[in-house]
Formats: sequence, structure tokens, C-alpha cells
Amino acid sequence: MRDLTQARRGPLLKPGALVKTLPPATRFILRGGPAVRAAAEQALALEVPASPCRAALDGERAALWLGPDEWLLLASEGSAASRAPALSAALQALPHSLVDISHRQIALAVEGPAAETLLAAGCPLDLDARAFPIGMCTRTVLGKAEIVLWRTGTEAFRIEVWRSFAGYLCAFLAEAAHGIG
Amino acid sequence: MTQGFRTVSGGRIDRARVLRFSFDGHAYAGVAGDTLASALLANGVHLLGRSFKYHRPRGLLAAGSEEPSALVAVRRDAARYTPNLRATQVELYEGLEAHSQNRWPSLALDFGAVNDLLSPFIPAGFYYKTFMWPRRAWRWLYEPRIRAAAGLGRAPTQPDPDRYASRYAHCDVLVVGAGPAGLAAAAAAVGAGARVILCDEQNELGGSLLSDSSRAAPVIDGRPAARWLDDTLADLAARQVTLLPRTTAFGYFPHNLVALNERLTDHLAIPAALAPRERQWQVRAREVVLATGAIERPLVFPGNDRPGIMLAAAARTWLNRYGVLPGTRAVVVTASDAAYEAALDLQQAGLAIAMIAEVRDAVPAGLADLTRAAGIPVLTGATVLGTSGRRRVQAIRLARIRHGAVSEPKTLRCDLVLMSGGFTPSVHLFSQSRGTLAWDDAVQAFLPAVLAERARSAGACRGVFELARVRSDGAAAGAAAAREATAPGREGVCPAGALGRSVAAAAAGSAEELAGARGFAGALPQPQRARGKAFVDWQNDVTTRDLALATREGFRSIEHIKRYTTTGMATDQGKTSNLNALGVVSGTLGKAIPDMGLTTFRMPYTPVTFGSFAGSARGDLFDPVRTTPMHSWAVKNGAVFEDVGLWKRARHFPCPGEDLHRAVNRECLTVRNACGIFDASTLGKIEVVGKDAVTFMNRLYTNAWSSLAVGRCRYGVLLRDDGFVYDDGVVARMAEDRFHVTTTTGGAPRVLALMEDYLQTEWPDLGVWLTSTTEQWAVIAVQGPTARPVLESLVDIDMSAAAMPHMSVAVGHICGVPMRLFRVSFSGELGFEVNVPADFGAAVWEAISEAGQAHGITPYGTETMHVLRAEKGYIIVGQDTDGTVTPEDAGLGWAIGKNKPDFLGKRSLQRPAMTSADRRQLVGLLTVDPATVLDEGAQVMLEPAAPVPTRPIGHVTSSYYSATLGRSIALALIGGGRSRSGQTLYVPMPQGDVPVQVASPVFYDPKGERLNA
Repeated sequence: MRDLTQARRGPLLKPGALVKTLPPATRFILRGGPAVRAAAEQALALEVPASPCRAALDGERAALWLGPDEWLLLASEGSAASRAPALSAALQALPHSLVDISHRQIALAVEGPAAETLLAAGCPLDLDARAFPIGMCTRTVLGKAEIVLWRTGTEAFRIEVWRSFAGYLCAFLAEAAHGIG
Repeated sequence: MTQGFRTVSGGRIDRARVLRFSFDGHAYAGVAGDTLASALLANGVHLLGRSFKYHRPRGLLAAGSEEPSALVAVRRDAARYTPNLRATQVELYEGLEAHSQNRWPSLALDFGAVNDLLSPFIPAGFYYKTFMWPRRAWRWLYEPRIRAAAGLGRAPTQPDPDRYASRYAHCDVLVVGAGPAGLAAAAAAVGAGARVILCDEQNELGGSLLSDSSRAAPVIDGRPAARWLDDTLADLAARQVTLLPRTTAFGYFPHNLVALNERLTDHLAIPAALAPRERQWQVRAREVVLATGAIERPLVFPGNDRPGIMLAAAARTWLNRYGVLPGTRAVVVTASDAAYEAALDLQQAGLAIAMIAEVRDAVPAGLADLTRAAGIPVLTGATVLGTSGRRRVQAIRLARIRHGAVSEPKTLRCDLVLMSGGFTPSVHLFSQSRGTLAWDDAVQAFLPAVLAERARSAGACRGVFELARVRSDGAAAGAAAAREATAPGREGVCPAGALGRSVAAAAAGSAEELAGARGFAGALPQPQRARGKAFVDWQNDVTTRDLALATREGFRSIEHIKRYTTTGMATDQGKTSNLNALGVVSGTLGKAIPDMGLTTFRMPYTPVTFGSFAGSARGDLFDPVRTTPMHSWAVKNGAVFEDVGLWKRARHFPCPGEDLHRAVNRECLTVRNACGIFDASTLGKIEVVGKDAVTFMNRLYTNAWSSLAVGRCRYGVLLRDDGFVYDDGVVARMAEDRFHVTTTTGGAPRVLALMEDYLQTEWPDLGVWLTSTTEQWAVIAVQGPTARPVLESLVDIDMSAAAMPHMSVAVGHICGVPMRLFRVSFSGELGFEVNVPADFGAAVWEAISEAGQAHGITPYGTETMHVLRAEKGYIIVGQDTDGTVTPEDAGLGWAIGKNKPDFLGKRSLQRPAMTSADRRQLVGLLTVDPATVLDEGAQVMLEPAAPVPTRPIGHVTSSYYSATLGRSIALALIGGGRSRSGQTLYVPMPQGDVPVQVASPVFYDPKGERLNA
């Protein structure tokens, strides 16, 4: 039997200026109540934010608050995979939902002094660092695509977007780059 | 031609930088800093256009965006042709090519001007009365002719090649208008620590300060106004205020959302290749300061529209800002003090002022001294009886008038008439914000009265005119706005009770200030038998006579009069005409202006290009184009795609020489006889997980889920609460507490939203959660009698019929890749659906495709999928249902869990009308001629050639040629359909009524033996 485990192919993307694609990641959506959050925090040895629209980053792993009972857990490939069984085990007794969505979405980085301005071409939120500080994350829209936007640095954002919208999003940002002057 | 009317010095222009341009093919020269209007005036050109209806020669009435008449087209190349631009806002650049409009064959000789002579026959509303008969002629004769005759510029004929940018912005304080009030507001706001955006429609910030004369230049903070302006702008920029010149705030939307249009390249001779032409801003401001100024009102008298007749403030602007003398010998007609300043400025520049005709009975004392000193004669209690001059005013007839009795008539030669009827505060944006206006007796104008948004007005737009007071008013507004925007605890939302506040009226200015601004609204008094047209609305060619006609015909409401006469309805939004129209009607009806009310101001403040609204949303970026992980393979293998929602789906895979029909026939037969491979990745998928997952599914879907064992699948039907089919799909139970739910492609987002809605609002107690997995899985359907051997060699699962019966699911691997394998069929054949993580989709597809070669596999598309499912009578939600179809109607009664206490829509299904025997039911139709394929959507009749009108008893929902059956098949919703089995009905088609026979909707393998192979 053929082995295709190394035959991953992500969407073909042509990111424009200020934008780059990030490598594949392991992703889970964790849903449940406060007890689930606390248990997950312990099992992962990673802060799972209780505050709305906040992300916690620890090296290669991160937890993003997406809703009162919903978190996006991110890890570079490999590192979190090892923790997933531990997480499942820790949550066994608690009502919750843990779903692997590693392939559902891809990640883009938008970086540079004009990052805020570039995103403002299509994102209706206030991206000023006073309103959208480092560590803030939220579901929002960029152009006509729904995204999760996370500020990872003064001049750096991470976008999580469903894979079929990624091509549109890259083209939208490439076009918007012409208009930020 | 030389710039014979250019002054030797002064103004905000650079005489050393000469710019060549053309107007109607004639070459002219202007200078840097000019607009097209100022450059033409410098060349002595006053005839700029022809009017809308009467084709009367028109020049420049104003110097700003309120200009109603001088609309021109600017052409850069064949595709870049912009009509209906106000010449006063077109900045001059080297090589600019402008054209006049609404004239044929030329501006000077225009055949359309015959309308002016025919005007007695075409009064207001003539088209409602004249073109009534024959009615049919309206469509092919009258309307096209009227449309051709009316209108001004022509639309460009080629696609717009320019790029348009968009930006969202947020600020504490948005200041609209950068005149003295706006500048003071911005400075005060940024001084208080606020984030500030300041925009102005002009190319330079400064507002009225840009038109100040050197003769009586104001001094601000101990500096000449011009220097103060430069210093202030530099200071604002240094303090990070976003300064936006050439940016019109054109729309005010709820919750302090203000739309701005920034013009980026129209003023450049050679714009950078990739630079956007315009940028539309959507600004969400915590507080807004409106400092939009005031617009001078024209006076209404016969012949007031000839080229050379203009607003006094405009003349000041031509002289002081652009260094242009708008004539040689002027008569000034005024009802306000401002015109005296203009007269004195122009006289000092060398222009002869023949007379000031003062409409008021007396000249204010201070001004009387000035005019006497300047030697300018003044006629008080004056009116204008008429003017003359074909393409430029040549003379004006003045007189005194008392109770209709004319005295001291005199005719004065002149080539320039300045008029001033006072100033109308610009309350457009305030009115757009749904703030209400109230008549102010002191200012004689409508002023902001009750707020609907977190906004405040400052300066002339709320009736404060004197410079020092304007500046302090602006500063106070800016400071208050900043204070409220940055107050502790203030989030972006409006605090409760903030709206509906009344605005304190501006402290009344000096009697002098108010008298100077008030002026006159309505028509100047005329003798009984006055002749000539007195224009109220220049752009729509509305005269006092039109307004009088409307009142004679019984119109009383100003809203009705506006629509009947079209006054104030042109693209200039009645900037120069609204108050005069009110004044005229008020005079005719003997009703005070405040009792008449005011019409609504609408966006846009000035016209905005379509490109600005479209932004980048055109072509490939109009909407996201969603593709599946296997898209590239389909492209490489010649797929023809169709749009399904935002998705591109392969419709068929034609072999060389095949059309759609042949390709589909081949694909269908291959699936029935061997095997097909189909990309089903676009189907919606939702992972429903939690201890109460089965309870949730029981409440939502019609089916009984408790009895579904782990590892098994069931076809689920989802209704709305009204009992009609909303969505359907196969649901697999992956574990006791985990369901893999599939939805239709188009229904995926709305089903998830509906589920989430019920969970959050109705059943928050349920321990169950949803996660969309639509894009997590690539789905590869392998369908056909040889599907099992194709897959068996690739998977680590026992796929035998015993281990994996129809409607089962297993978890395993395919080529080492994790997989959920479903045994399901939407074709009626033995079928499997391979679900793998999306990044593996392409490789797994290729592996299956390769393995299938030995088993006759073919890729097939959505069209074949449709035919195969129709042969089996499987419905497609949205095609065979339309939001009025119950499960019973669709033949899905078997999918209802009869013993369930409740499910979404259950109660609605029990209403008598939902169970009536004559409801439209899904049946099959077989045409008597097997070669005839019915039109989808065709009506179904009981009788052939039924006399019209008649009632159809149903319609065709799906119709195909079935290669498997060698004949056409159709599905239809027919009243009482299932009781009509065997009956002959008739389907009207373009070639005549087609007889059809009612049949079962399952045309192929009704016992389902192939499914269970």
C-alpha cells in the first residue's frame, strides 16, 4: 500500500507585500465551561485565557479565546500532537467538545510598519494598539472573508482563515497594498 | 490665448508654473493652483455649459462644490472619461482635456436651445400630462426621447481601468470642514489628547481663509490669517492629526459612521501607474464636529442665470484666491453685507463697480461710509427687472419697487453681476444624521436643533458668522468633543440618554453680524406682468413660474412641490436653491417658512464615483472564489466548472469533442456500470459533540436519533419552525456523544447558525457544542458497482458488505492517511465517501484515481451527480423544495420520527393546511415523447391549451435526459400529485403543450438492490 503521510498539499497562495504564509500547524477547537478551561490549562501547561479576545502564547503553542465557551488551540506541528491525548484524558470526565481542525484553516502573518494600515483596508475594527493591543485576538472580517485576527507584535498580526478563502485573502491584501500610501 | 483677466499678484497660485489645457478643443493656459473654472475665467471664458432642460447658456454661479451649472467632462483617455464634474472642483494639470456637455453641435450654437422658446409648452410636470396617449408609446417613443433629451454628461463606455482603495478608520473626534471653525476644533481636540481626523473637500485646508483679501486681511493670534493657517496646519500634522484634503464627507450613517471620499490622483497630470484614484473611508468616530460652513444664496430675479451673473463670495474667491478678475464692469445686487466686501475688493483690483443695488431699504451705516468713500453709487429698496446678453450678461435693468409699483427704472451696462441673498448654513450632514432642524428667527435660517448622534456643529453651519466667534465656537466644540470622547469609562458605544439632546442655540451675535448674514429668501419683488425666467434651481432648470404652477395645481406640502417641480432634486442637493424655493412657495401660499418645513437632505453631499463604492470588489475580488483541495487536479483534467455559492465545482469532465450532454451521458453510464469518482468536499460538515448531543439532534432534526448505533449513518431532515424543509444530509454517529453531520453545500453556514442560535437562546442547558469541519475534510465520493475493489487495495478497513453495510461509517487509514470512510450513496449505486484531512485530499484523490484505472473509473461532475440522484428520486433542497415544502410533500414522511415528543417544526406540521390532500407533492413526470426534455420551472396544467387565465397545478423542479433509462425524466411538485399516478397532464413549452404522465419519482432500481450490493 502506498504511504501518502508525507503528501500534504496546502492551498496555492501568492501573498503580496507585507504578507507571508506560515507553516502548517496543529489546531483544535476546544469548547466547554469554566471547568474545562481550567482542566485544559493544567493538562497543556499553557494559559487558556478566561478574558474575552485574549490569546496566550508560550513558545510554539498558543490558546486563543474565541467565545465564552470556545478556544482555538494552536501548536506547531508535532509539539501539540503529543499533548492532545493528555488533553483528551484530562477532559474525560467533563462535558466538552474537542475537535481537530488542523487542516480547516491556514495562517498568514502580516508584518511591518504598515501592517495596521494594510489590514484597515478590509477590517472594520479599530486596530490602533490602544484598542487592539498585543495579545488581542478576535473573529472578524477582512474584505469578504471571515478571519481570526491576532496581534502578535507591535507591527505584527497573525491571520487564521479557512483554507478555501486563503486565495481570496492573499489577493485582497496584495491589491490593498497598492492603496496604503 | 493669454490670461487677460489674471491679476499681476496675489492669490494662492504660482504664476511661474504655466499649465496648458484645452476646453472643447480650444487651447488655453492657466497656472498651478488654478481650477478649471478659475483658469477659464482668467482667459475670459464665461460660457461653460448648457442647462438641463432649456439648454440656456450657463457660466459659473459659485466657486465651490455648490456650483450647480458649470458641469464639465474631463477626459484622460478613452476609458477615463468623467462626466458631470463641477468645473470649480477640477484642479488644473498640464494637458487637462475638458469638454462642455448637453449641447449639440457646439456650446455656442446649441439646437437644444429651442426648448427655451418652447418653454411655455413644457412647464413642470409636463411629461406627466403630455405623453399619456397612446400608453404603449411611453416605452418605445416618449421615455427614450425624453431620456435622450434630458441629462447632462454621457456615461463612459469602457470599463473603469482605475484602482480604488478603501479604509476603515476610528477616531475620538472627526472634524468635517477645515475652515476657521474646523481648524480651531481640531486643534482643541488634539490638545485635549484626542485622536483626531480632519477632512475637507477642497484641495487646500483653510476654508473661507483661503479667499480672504489682502485689502482687509484678518489677523489671528497676532499673525496674518494666511500665516496663521500655515502654522496651524503644521502644528496639527506634528501632533498626529490625520489631515485629509480633497476629501468629502458625503454620508452620515447611524452610530457616528461617516463616509469620506478622498480624491487621490485626479489632480495629477501623470498619476503613478498603480496608485488608486480614490479612497473611500468609513470613519467610526466617538464624536463628530461638523464645521461645514455656509453657502451664499443667489437672488431670484428674471434672467438671473446668464453667464457673468454669480455669487458675490464666488467673485471674491476668484480674485483673492486665484488672482482672476471675473469681469470688467460689475453691478452688485445684494440683501446682505458680504457683497460689499466683494465690491470693495474688486474695485481695488481695478474692476469698475457700476452700482450696488441694495434690496434692503437702507444700507448699514458702516458700509454706507465705505461705499461713499469708494465712490460706488448705491440704490436702496432695489429690485432687478431683468438682464440681457446671450452668452454673457451685457446689461441689467434695476428699479425701485413698492407694492408692485415700479419707480426709477434704469438699465446699466455690465459684464458681471454679483448677487448675495445672505448665507444658508450647510446642515446637510447634520440632517443626514437624523438630527432635526429648527427655524431660527435671529439668523433667518434652519439650524441644528435636536441631536440624533454624538455630534456637534460649530461655526457658520450653526449660524455663527463673525470670525473671532467662529473660532471660539470651533474651539469650544473641539474641546467638548474630546472631553466626551475620552471620558473615563467611555467605550465606543453611545452612553444611554445621550441622544435626543437639544442643542443650545449659539449665543446671538451682534445685530450687525446677524443682519449681515440674514439676507433674503424667495423671489425679488416684481411688477404684475413680469417677463423672463427667474431661476430658483439652476441645475434642474426650475423657475418661480414652475413653483407657482405647482401651488395653483393644488400642491401644498413642500415635499410634494419638490417632487412635482424637481426643485432641489438635482445632484447639487439644492445647495443654492432649497431656501429660495421655500421662500417663493411661502410667498405664494402666504405661509411662513418655518411652517412649511424643510425637505430631507440625502447622501451623497456631492456625487461619488461608482468605483469608490466598489473599491477592490470587482473581477476576481468581487467575491471570494472558494476551491477544494482537488481543484488543481480538476483543472488539469479539463473540468468545466460551475459556481455553487462561492464555490467552483467541476460540472463535467468532457473528453475531447464532447459537449455537456455527451459528457454527462458517458459519466452517468460509467457510474452505473463501473465506477465514478466525485469531489464532494464542498458539502457542509458540522461536528456535534457533547453528552447531550443525541438530545440536541432529536430536538433539531425530524429523525429519531436515539436508535442510531455508533458506526451507523442516517439521512436527516431539518425543518424550520414553520415545518418546511430547510436542509438535509447524512448524519453519522461517530461515538455516543459525537455526530458527524453533513449539510448541503449552500446550507452549511445557515445550518450552523441555526444550530448555534437554538443552543444559545433556547437550550443553553444542553451540554453539546458545535464545530464546523467543512474545510477540515476533503471528501472523495467513489460510486458504482466496482467502487469496493477500487478502494479495498488502499484502505486498512474491512469493506465487505457484512462489515460495512449501506449507511455505515468506519475510521481507519487510506494510504496511511487518517480517514473517515462512509458507505453512503447519492447515486443509487454501491458507494463510499472517503473523508481525509484536507491537505491530503489531492494525493489521496490521485491514488484512488490511479487504483480505479483497472476498474473503469471516471471522474464526474455535479451535472452527472444531479442526473444520477434524479433517476433515484433523491431531492435537492432548494431545487426540488422552495421553502413551502413539508417532508410529506417531498415524499420524506418516512424520515419523521413518529414517536418523538417534539422536534423543530413538529407543531407546524400538525396544522390542517399542512396535511391537506391537495398539497403539492413530489412526483415523477414522464413525457409521452421520451426524447422531449422539459424545461425546469415549467408550469404543469390539467388541460391542454387551457384558456388564459388559468391556474397551473404544479411545476417542474428537475428535468434531465437519462442515458441509463434512454429517455427523459422529470421531478415535479403537483397538487395532490401522488393521487394522480398515471394521469396525463400538460406542460406548456415554447413548442406547445407537452403531454406528460404522472409516475413515481423513483425511476431507477426502485427496490434499492444496487445500493445494498
